[in-house]
Amino acid sequence: MKTPLALAISAAALAFATAALADDPKSGGTVNTIIQPEPPGLVLGMVQNAPTRTVAGNIYEGLLRYTTDLEPMPQLAESWDVSEDGRTYTFHLREGVTWHDGEPFTADDVVFSADVFHRELNPSARAVLQHVESIEATDDHTVVFTLTQPFGPFLLSFEAGTFTMVPEHLYAGTDFRDNEHNDHPIGTGPFKFANWERGTVIELVKNDDYYEEGLPYLDGVNWHIIPDGASRAVSFENETIDVLPSGTVENFDIPRLAAMDNVCMTEEGHEYFSPFAMLWMNNREGPTADKRFRQAVMYAMDREFAKDVLWNGLGNVPLSAFGSNARFQNDDLEPYDHNPDRARELLEEMGYDGEEITILPLPYGETWTRWAEAVQQNLREVGINVSTQATDVGGWNQRLGDWDYDLAFTYLFQYGDPALGISRTYLSDNIAKGSPWNNVEGYENERVDELFNEAATAFPDAEREKLYREVQEILHEDVPVGWLMELGFPTLYRCDVQNLVTSGVGVNDGFKDAWLDR
Amino acid sequence: MVYARLILMRLFKAVIVLFLIVIFNFLLIQLAPGDPAAILAGQAGAADQEFLNQLRERFGLDQPMYVQLWRYVSGIAMLDFGYSYRLGVPVFDLIMARLPATLLLTGTAFVLSLVLGIVAGSMAAARVKKPSGSLIMALALVFYATPLFWVALMSVVVFSVYLGWLPAYGLYTVGAGHTGFALALDIAKHLVLPATTLALFFMAIYTRMTRTSMLDAAQQDYVKTARAKGLKPSIIQRRHVLRNALLPIITLAGLQAGQMVGGAILTETVFAWPGIGRLMFEALEQRDYNLLLGIFFFSAALVIVFNIITDLVYSLADPRIKKGAA
Repeated sequence: MKTPLALAISAAALAFATAALADDPKSGGTVNTIIQPEPPGLVLGMVQNAPTRTVAGNIYEGLLRYTTDLEPMPQLAESWDVSEDGRTYTFHLREGVTWHDGEPFTADDVVFSADVFHRELNPSARAVLQHVESIEATDDHTVVFTLTQPFGPFLLSFEAGTFTMVPEHLYAGTDFRDNEHNDHPIGTGPFKFANWERGTVIELVKNDDYYEEGLPYLDGVNWHIIPDGASRAVSFENETIDVLPSGTVENFDIPRLAAMDNVCMTEEGHEYFSPFAMLWMNNREGPTADKRFRQAVMYAMDREFAKDVLWNGLGNVPLSAFGSNARFQNDDLEPYDHNPDRARELLEEMGYDGEEITILPLPYGETWTRWAEAVQQNLREVGINVSTQATDVGGWNQRLGDWDYDLAFTYLFQYGDPALGISRTYLSDNIAKGSPWNNVEGYENERVDELFNEAATAFPDAEREKLYREVQEILHEDVPVGWLMELGFPTLYRCDVQNLVTSGVGVNDGFKDAWLDR
Repeated sequence: MVYARLILMRLFKAVIVLFLIVIFNFLLIQLAPGDPAAILAGQAGAADQEFLNQLRERFGLDQPMYVQLWRYVSGIAMLDFGYSYRLGVPVFDLIMARLPATLLLTGTAFVLSLVLGIVAGSMAAARVKKPSGSLIMALALVFYATPLFWVALMSVVVFSVYLGWLPAYGLYTVGAGHTGFALALDIAKHLVLPATTLALFFMAIYTRMTRTSMLDAAQQDYVKTARAKGLKPSIIQRRHVLRNALLPIITLAGLQAGQMVGGAILTETVFAWPGIGRLMFEALEQRDYNLLLGIFFFSAALVIVFNIITDLVYSLADPRIKKGAA
């Protein structure tokens, strides 16, 4: 069911698409946008949190970019070949690319970035690099990755935020974290770092020597830092700000801002991340350790209500563990519809005695607080004795890291492939205290481990699909976690900012193609 | 000479107090839930054990608590406040970079509230049974009772969104490239809303307090004497009533001045003012303990300094207070 707002967006998107075709891009102008929260640093690879990716994705580049369908596009690699056995990937690099300090970008930079820099600093790249046996530069513009065995999602791993290319000539042989250039990031991207007034603004300026002729169109991008949500909405309302990246204003402000004149909105640009909201359920102890209880929670929740009311009708209620943007989704599964009667039956069957359990909301703002309240009400309706415990980000991290919770909200990125973003939640060797992003629920199932591990390295894709379909059946039955929603994170912008979202990571690398029709 | 000895004594005590505060803060912060390394890792969106270990080792969090405490205290003794966990920048540099903006905001608010509060309070005292006096007191009560964040948001809505007179947030206009006088004017415009918002609450308190203590002082015998010897009422008000009524206001001003470093969290957040209050709040959320302790230290030092200043001002305002007794 599409709500009026969602319909309006589709209409606006259509109108926008036709308008964009009609005009030739103009050069010039600076776009003002917002970064929230202020990033701790801008050197990708060293810092990988969301705000860093958003700003620095326009300074740095990876070998590949991805479309909104997650097909690889050339970036620093012009073309690539995959060997028949799926173990050798050869990247042919673009020639004539220079770093922002004028030095040429070569295959040695790729080898250094992947083999030295990321192996030492970057946990997400490390997870991919464990499948890599060797990385070699066969000439100045060719790099060969040899894998220990085929790894299905390998081509999806070269996005700038995950696998940034860093300059060897500035970092080799230094203490990376204390490198003097960390204050002034040097990349190959369409924008150069100009200035960071802490607490106020990060300014990027056009890279005049960018290797793609005519790009970028913009003279610069200013990322304003405004800590208060209401003030951010005001800044967009009074037209100081042109672009509101997703998550920068509270959900309840979105319909009002989207209805303003000359404001466009898109849901595209998050396909690579596909943020997936989940309810951790502690599989170790208490009523949540019983599969029937967890199923009852799924039946008790009115997820469509949450989507329509709290998320303005944007996003998608997932069928099961694999989101709609993830590959190999098994859509033959029976959906967990809102069915309080079924929930009560299951609770009776397991003999739930009314033991009190708690919900830990995600401390990320109003929407999440209200969502926890809605779920609490749903659960009470079927007779579950539940109360909410509020905490701040630090406390939330700690409670999850110590497994000290019954139910807890979270959301995780799916990264387009089950081996990158989904299996980590269910693999039993990913159970470890101290992190809120691993197998926090404590689910252990040998068959699931086997299937996920086999599927990651199976070749070709048809093999992987078979294994993933089976694993989804098991997960769907066991409900290790609650699958709440694939979040719709809209980007709002003045309609005269053209061509803003062109890739599966949205504004994270979108200012490259954007232009101002003013 | 007497002043010099007084200040020296107070400074000596201050150092001991500061030392105790440092230790107390350090221990207090250990009690807060949330491991800084886990939070940093949590923010990164992906973390393996190696990443966590690297962070702990880098910040010395893998050491026993007494070692951490010893390192911290001996660092402070050499004015080394360590590095911010999250930003990887020396704490001292971070604080110094933010201090001017905060002092500009809180200093302006301080002067504004003190001057306007005393003026409004004296006026209300002089018009004690007239409608204009009641109006001043009613306004003061409203400002006193209204939550600061609401005043802040409403002033943005009215003056920035609706009337378009003043900028809604920030320290200066980004991208305008102002310099010199134009920049000063630009900053002044940005300062109006946050400084007024911050000043309102204290202004209301000063107004109420000035009025009360002036009415009180007006009943004293020396005022009757002054009136009997035929002084003009305005001189009596200024020289006899107001001066004697100032003591409680000085106490309060000392308190407000002590909050100048860390007291504007809310205002700085709503108006995106790049000051210490915001830095402190972010540090707290991120469990950036080194940074937080650094800011606590500066706040505490400032409170102590203003206590000393307050005592000195007391003895200037009322020579009866014995200098040695302070």
